Amino acid sequence: MKTNHVHFTLNGESVEVSIEPWTTLLDYLRYNQKLVGTKKGCDHGQCGACTVLIDGNSVNSCLCLLVSLEGKEITTIEGLGTAENLSTAQQIFIDEDAYQCGYCTPGQICSTIAMRNRGEINSEEDLKDWMSGNLCRCAAYKNITKAARRIYEES
Amino acid sequence: MKPFEYTRLSTDDLSSDTALYDTTFLAGGTNLVDLMKYGVEKPDAIADIGQLPYDQIEEFADGLRLGALATNADTAYHPAVKNKYPVLNKAILSAASSQLRNRATNGGNLLQRTRCYYFYDTAMPCNKREPGSGCAAIKGFNRIHAILGTSASCIATHPSDMCVALAALEAKVHILRKGATLVMPFDQIHRLPGEHPEKDHNLEPGDLITHIELPNEGFSQNFEYLKIRDRESYAFALVSVAACLKVSAGKIEDVRVALGGVAHKPWKLKEVEHEFIGKEASTENFKSLAEKLIKGAQGFGTNNFKIPLVKRAIVRALNNALNPS
Repeated sequence: MKTNHVHFTLNGESVEVSIEPWTTLLDYLRYNQKLVGTKKGCDHGQCGACTVLIDGNSVNSCLCLLVSLEGKEITTIEGLGTAENLSTAQQIFIDEDAYQCGYCTPGQICSTIAMRNRGEINSEEDLKDWMSGNLCRCAAYKNITKAARRIYEES
Repeated sequence: MKPFEYTRLSTDDLSSDTALYDTTFLAGGTNLVDLMKYGVEKPDAIADIGQLPYDQIEEFADGLRLGALATNADTAYHPAVKNKYPVLNKAILSAASSQLRNRATNGGNLLQRTRCYYFYDTAMPCNKREPGSGCAAIKGFNRIHAILGTSASCIATHPSDMCVALAALEAKVHILRKGATLVMPFDQIHRLPGEHPEKDHNLEPGDLITHIELPNEGFSQNFEYLKIRDRESYAFALVSVAACLKVSAGKIEDVRVALGGVAHKPWKLKEVEHEFIGKEASTENFKSLAEKLIKGAQGFGTNNFKIPLVKRAIVRALNNALNPS
């Protein structure tokens, strides 16, 4: 199969790869890079489990073709912190008990960081709307919202 | 996803008039990639326009230029959009999710395809997806479907919120066609379905939207974007209304009303708006405007509720615009 060349930064490291152009960022992260912190839920941009950061903005990695990310800076949950050295956002999610099964948590955390980067939250409604692209089937929304607010205000 | 040829375009590629006509353009891809996964879109070749220099938002003497490749989020949060065109800010932020707005582009927003269930379901007939196969929505479950400008071939709606605000603002769309710039008034971009619902718009193959031009008048004092949907966030409009007013001494100096969720394109009738210029800005007149704007509306069963709903929404949106909170 024909492949195409693309260069980008992944969790701070420069990457060059030739890949089939129909490969999504999500599949590349999970199957090629084995970065399985980013989750596949619906695979159609509806659940937010696959949310990662591109140039600091939260996006659905399932809807991004990897070849279209030339020159971009990609950050996944693995790039935010480690088990030994958690990021502030990860620690806040633990402190606020902002998850149950944890499947949606990497995407939730990436969305909160993009929300903080954007800096356009002026009300509780704004915050809930921003986070509404991340579904939690355990319905841990109350504590997710608390954690998101703390990350926005404190980090 | 069906395999395809991929090309990343540079500005040099635009100076030649070859190679672009048989390709599908890729920008943010939030709609296209999704449709490719469903097997609704099956392009043989994709030309990635993401590296082209059309991602700027620029103020100029006569208004604002929104680059076709600027993201919906960057557009909504741009200070000039927030301050001068708040109806556009509100419309964009009512749409999709933060992740989608961060990736989806302005040009792509205009060219996104309907969310008709039967268009997405390749097991069902759909004249838009497969011309001549029939319309499963007309006698099917049509809660989200059109009530205005429909045809016997198609009752799909255009799903955009942003486009409803752009219609109200009477934006213009700049298109690169065979190396020359073409400027199209916003109401000429999208089509009614007629006998060719497979055509969503009036662009030709190879046409590239470069930017959207907003005129100086942004109706920043008296505006509303009212979106009614099945849940409060991350849902398409059942009915939406972009309402813009200019009022002096209680009389309407200018009025714009564009509707979303009710037709194959943002629904706006200039002749109806003109009738109300000089009249009192009153609920009675707003009700009359609503009646005239949706004259001929037809339900198809499960979307009958949209007819009274959109009338009330128009009146409420105009009253909210008149008395901004």
